[in-house]
Amino acid sequence: MRTAAAPAIRVGIGGPSLTRAALVLGVGALLLAIVLVAAVALGSVGVSLDDTARILGRRLLGLPLAQTWSPSAETIIFDLRLPRVLTAMLVGAGLGSAGTVFQAVLRNPMADPYLIGTAAGASLGAITGILAPMLLPTLAIGAGTAWLGIGLVQVLAFSGGLLTVMLVYSVARRGGTVHVVTLLLTGYAVSSILAAGVAMLMFLSGRALGAVFAWLMGSLAGASWTSLAFATPLVLLSFVLLMARWRRLNLLLLGDGAAAHLGVDVEREKLVLTGLATLATSAVVAISGTIGFVGLVVPHVLRLAIGPDHRLLLPSSVLFGASLLALADLGARLAGGIPVGIVTALIGAPFFLWLLRRARTPLMP
Amino acid sequence: MSTPRRDALLAVDGVHFDYGRRSVLRGAALRVERGELVALLGTNGSGKTTLLRLIAGTLTPDAGEVRFHGRAVVEWRRAALARHVAVLPQRLELPSGFHVAELVEMGRAPHATRLFGASAADEVAVERALIDADALELAHRSIDELSGGERQRVLVAMALAQEPELLLLDEPTLHLDVAHQLALLTTIGRLRRVRNLTVVAVLHDLGMAAAFAPRVAVLDQGRVVGEGSPATVLTPALVRRVFGVEIDEARTADGQRHLVLRPG
Repeated sequence: MRTAAAPAIRVGIGGPSLTRAALVLGVGALLLAIVLVAAVALGSVGVSLDDTARILGRRLLGLPLAQTWSPSAETIIFDLRLPRVLTAMLVGAGLGSAGTVFQAVLRNPMADPYLIGTAAGASLGAITGILAPMLLPTLAIGAGTAWLGIGLVQVLAFSGGLLTVMLVYSVARRGGTVHVVTLLLTGYAVSSILAAGVAMLMFLSGRALGAVFAWLMGSLAGASWTSLAFATPLVLLSFVLLMARWRRLNLLLLGDGAAAHLGVDVEREKLVLTGLATLATSAVVAISGTIGFVGLVVPHVLRLAIGPDHRLLLPSSVLFGASLLALADLGARLAGGIPVGIVTALIGAPFFLWLLRRARTPLMP
Repeated sequence: MSTPRRDALLAVDGVHFDYGRRSVLRGAALRVERGELVALLGTNGSGKTTLLRLIAGTLTPDAGEVRFHGRAVVEWRRAALARHVAVLPQRLELPSGFHVAELVEMGRAPHATRLFGASAADEVAVERALIDADALELAHRSIDELSGGERQRVLVAMALAQEPELLLLDEPTLHLDVAHQLALLTTIGRLRRVRNLTVVAVLHDLGMAAAFAPRVAVLDQGRVVGEGSPATVLTPALVRRVFGVEIDEARTADGQRHLVLRPG
């Protein structure tokens, strides 16, 4: 009998070695820390790196540091820049992980977190939220301040994104199964209908067009501790539950049939994964608008760099997605406060083109 | 529903299935005992692959029942079924970027006990599967660099890593040249003895089936029309009726019976 009782040769399974995982995630975390300090320190009002680090150390870590900085510096760092940088990181993390999951579930290289309706639904919700107070002044009482800690725009954007994906999913479902192509086309069709609504509202928006436009381009100018407090638990919950499903994400790469033969309840799994990724996407879109390219580029780049195994790919897409968007937002601020979506598109798209030409194999089968 | 007498490992009873208006299976029946190797034969569209999918539980019969261990396959939880039944498909689009050992490890998914890593049992099973499928030397190769024959060996290893009792093969030799077809079927035959596997294989080559399968079942128009040893089932009359071709039986000097296709 040629059967091995105990492994004579190590075939090396069990995923990426601990050293490799630690290296990739360590580099990701270090980069994130550097970006955090740099992005908080840099801006139109100069605060020295030293003071920035001290303010952060005192306020975030509770270190007993003597106050050598002006109160206004502390306000700028802690109340304005820090929530904005953290929001950028949260949004980048959410889009990175959701993009990774959508690319696995839809097995489509063009898949990004917005593809099956999140963007269109959230946009329509947000614009309704921007315009409604002008048409119905009674709403302005709640909208200008906050409702449950967050604004009407965020609530409508979040629920618009979730509801649209639910609608797309149920329309695409035939006899208990959802075919990927049907799902993509349904998402496209429903998005087109909602985009018509968005265009109609923009046409009617008059003075508010600027605000509408800024939201559509994606902007972090409205970042605050309250919007962070709203989105952070949702993104975190989504990430933890997705991480626990890494094995099934890997199996889905083999195709529905093979995944089923390996014990995956494919239809249920696709529904759960889509739901979790949409939860994170809707939460971050609600606080930032539709920022493009992060959810598309980050998973592709990482898959080329570290391989397709989701137990490393998913946490990496969170770390590197966070750094990338914080850097892009820093660029947007330094360029005079343009919407960050312009920066991600201007830098992300050419980089993606370069990557497409350089890759020896197609990015996904 | 419970049957008082002992059920076969796999029992297909009066199974009907149609794709919309096209009726594919009309009362197919089959029994497979533990340790058997049964080849499913039939023309294109005769329902072989459909029957295999019904056995694998990825399709649900419109009428009739497929039972594994005496229990309807559709009542099994997918993960539990995957610990007993493995499928080697015709062709699998392998995702780019994994190496062979990682892919074979995916066969361990139904048995997984660790949240992130692999258990000692997983390591032993993967190693054993690679050895048994003659793929150990491929363990560290990228799956993007494999030839057709190598890919097929890796897929066999992946199925073996599941440590199944029942292995289902869907035209496993379809994309292989003659030498690799022989090698694969020889491997399957050896594994059946070494691992006491039960094998149901959809095959398209009558000669190969006659040479390798101790038992064949011929599907025609949605029913099993002949079942038993190749010598008793694959007669010139049945082959003419089902496949529309003429065959001759030839015997080699050592008494082996072979089927010879008569040209036009």
